[in-house]
Amino acid sequence: MRTTDQPTTGPETPSTPEGPGAPEGSKPERSARRVLAVVVGVAVVVALFLFSFDLLRDRNANRLLVVSVALVVGVVGVFLLFWAMDRAVGLISSERLREMIRPWVFVGPALVILSVFLVYPVFNTILLSFKDAIGREYVGIDNYRFVFTDRDMLKAIRNTIGWLFLVPLAAVTIGLAFATLADRLRRGEAVAKSLIFLPMAISFAGASITWQLIYSYRPQGFGSNIGLLNGIMVGLGQDPVRWLELQPWNNLFLMVIMVWMQTGFAMVVLSSAIKAIPDEIIEAARIDGASEWQVFARIMVPSILPTIVVVTTYMVINAMKVFDIVFVQPASAEVNGTVVVAERMIRWFFLLQHNGRGAAIAVILFVAVVPVMIWNMRRFREQEAIR
Amino acid sequence: MSTPVVVAPTEEEARAPGEVRRGGWFIRITIAVIAVLWSIPTAGVLVTSFRPERLVDTSGWWTVLANPFRAAEWTIENYRLAIEAEGLGNAFMNSLAVAIPATVIPIAIAAFAAYAFSWMEFRGRYILFVAVVGLMVVPLQMALIPVLRLFVGGATLFGLRVFPDLDLNQSFLGIWLAHTGFGLPLATYLLYNYVASLPSSIIESAKIDGADHFTIFWRLIIPLSVPALAAFAIFQFMWVWNDLLVAYVLLGGAQENRVLTVALRNLVGARGENWHLLTAAAFISMSLPLVVFFSLQKYFVRGLTAGAVKG
Repeated sequence: MRTTDQPTTGPETPSTPEGPGAPEGSKPERSARRVLAVVVGVAVVVALFLFSFDLLRDRNANRLLVVSVALVVGVVGVFLLFWAMDRAVGLISSERLREMIRPWVFVGPALVILSVFLVYPVFNTILLSFKDAIGREYVGIDNYRFVFTDRDMLKAIRNTIGWLFLVPLAAVTIGLAFATLADRLRRGEAVAKSLIFLPMAISFAGASITWQLIYSYRPQGFGSNIGLLNGIMVGLGQDPVRWLELQPWNNLFLMVIMVWMQTGFAMVVLSSAIKAIPDEIIEAARIDGASEWQVFARIMVPSILPTIVVVTTYMVINAMKVFDIVFVQPASAEVNGTVVVAERMIRWFFLLQHNGRGAAIAVILFVAVVPVMIWNMRRFREQEAIR
Repeated sequence: MSTPVVVAPTEEEARAPGEVRRGGWFIRITIAVIAVLWSIPTAGVLVTSFRPERLVDTSGWWTVLANPFRAAEWTIENYRLAIEAEGLGNAFMNSLAVAIPATVIPIAIAAFAAYAFSWMEFRGRYILFVAVVGLMVVPLQMALIPVLRLFVGGATLFGLRVFPDLDLNQSFLGIWLAHTGFGLPLATYLLYNYVASLPSSIIESAKIDGADHFTIFWRLIIPLSVPALAAFAIFQFMWVWNDLLVAYVLLGGAQENRVLTVALRNLVGARGENWHLLTAAAFISMSLPLVVFFSLQKYFVRGLTAGAVKG
């Protein structure tokens, strides 16, 4: 594995670790001792890794032991790994070579892991999207033709577009309003913000249980309604409503769950952007007689616009990938017309066992996010230009 | 609703012009309404999880508000059942064993990479950074199947073994590495933004004093970047802890291996109408992220705004 062979190949070219990086290492015995220390250190790290990997792979080992070893290896191991690799590179005698290799010690592990877990899967998926259900025969663009003609797929595309407009819009608007208003509270700002942020810490599985208690429906005569909304309806003398089967509004009801979970993020980030606006600017505007609305619209919003853009982008990407909220609903998404693109992808991959179609949907999703990628690239270039 | 209404001048307004007008009734009421609306769903779960099964099934959780001090309305039996009978205690341990390393490993790797991208000279630096950040857009779901295939059988290219069969399926190491891979682009991006914005003068002077890159990184960059590191740590921890998909695919649903979210999902499948159990289980799964979040909230806000979302 990557983690183990790099340190072991390093010490094969031992020599004096002198140079600008080794302060006061000029005495021969000292440098010899350093080489020894490095070699032993690297060997110990490698041995520890090999041993613990074996243990962690052992499914019959004692759970508590495995968990503790897992914690130690995972947390300490990764730092030891970098240390060992850096020392190993330090043993190379040519300074030019050494400084040429060293950056790759720093970025190497990231690149290796990314290649295995993201780059390779992307190519694999693109390849798969041109193949049949079990990934054996090439079928040309059949899968893509399916994606753009299937009734549920078209509905999913339509719904997803709805998600990626409405969810960020609602979450950012409410978050911005809340952040602006909470900024003016004399006390209780922290508590109020925490309450909004709290849903961020909840899993989709937990959130789906949470919202079942809101939307739950029981027909009259089958026990009292334990869902909050229907409790209110009955209390008002109305008939209970099947909220999640009420097309097309059920899409909105599901979006509410995501807005509930994400508003806190927008609020926290926007709130600190607001606090970072220099007080003088706002005070000056007020002295000049600007109304509160003018201060908000003409000074605050333009000052935090870059932050608003970043938050919105983040949410658009999240909304594009949304699937859990739809997926965990007990009722069928097809029947209720709540299908979304990412949910289709998972369903075709895992439940309907058609790898080709699942892969084609994944590729569509990937392509849809490319504009964001280009935008990120621009930002990096701007930052480089400033420095 | 987002309009901060100009409040008619009251006593509170009688200060120097230009000072922030604080706490009008409109603001207070709006804040209170939103905060209450946002808390209701969680409150429902919390209340339900402490109610006896019989009552949960026959009356809405809000009915408890009528007489909140009657002892018969409350019980902790649901939690005992969830932890012991449904094995959530074990799942909690597994979640810890997955989430802590799956938080630390990507942070460490991303921090080294972010340092190299911002303060080291090497060929292809720009292209590589863009590629890394660009990978942020790969939907996680897209990567799962190929990764699972790698874990189970390795990979061969033109008959050549390019990825060994490590038998990583259903192992902690496998899921750490997967979460590391999925979390790295965002981590690198956030940490790069922060690390690159540190003043170059301190790094230059450290170099002049003879410090090598590792020393600069370890003694200078890491301590200075604590807010950004902590912010991403909270983010990643909550994400891994709450993740269902990756854990389900790579770790499986077997009793001794499964994490909390998988246990929760199985519970929903097996006991779909047992709200007393489901809500107790849901609250157990929420407890740790809530604690982590509230104790480290300060860092989360500071780190995110100092680095990533800086204009």
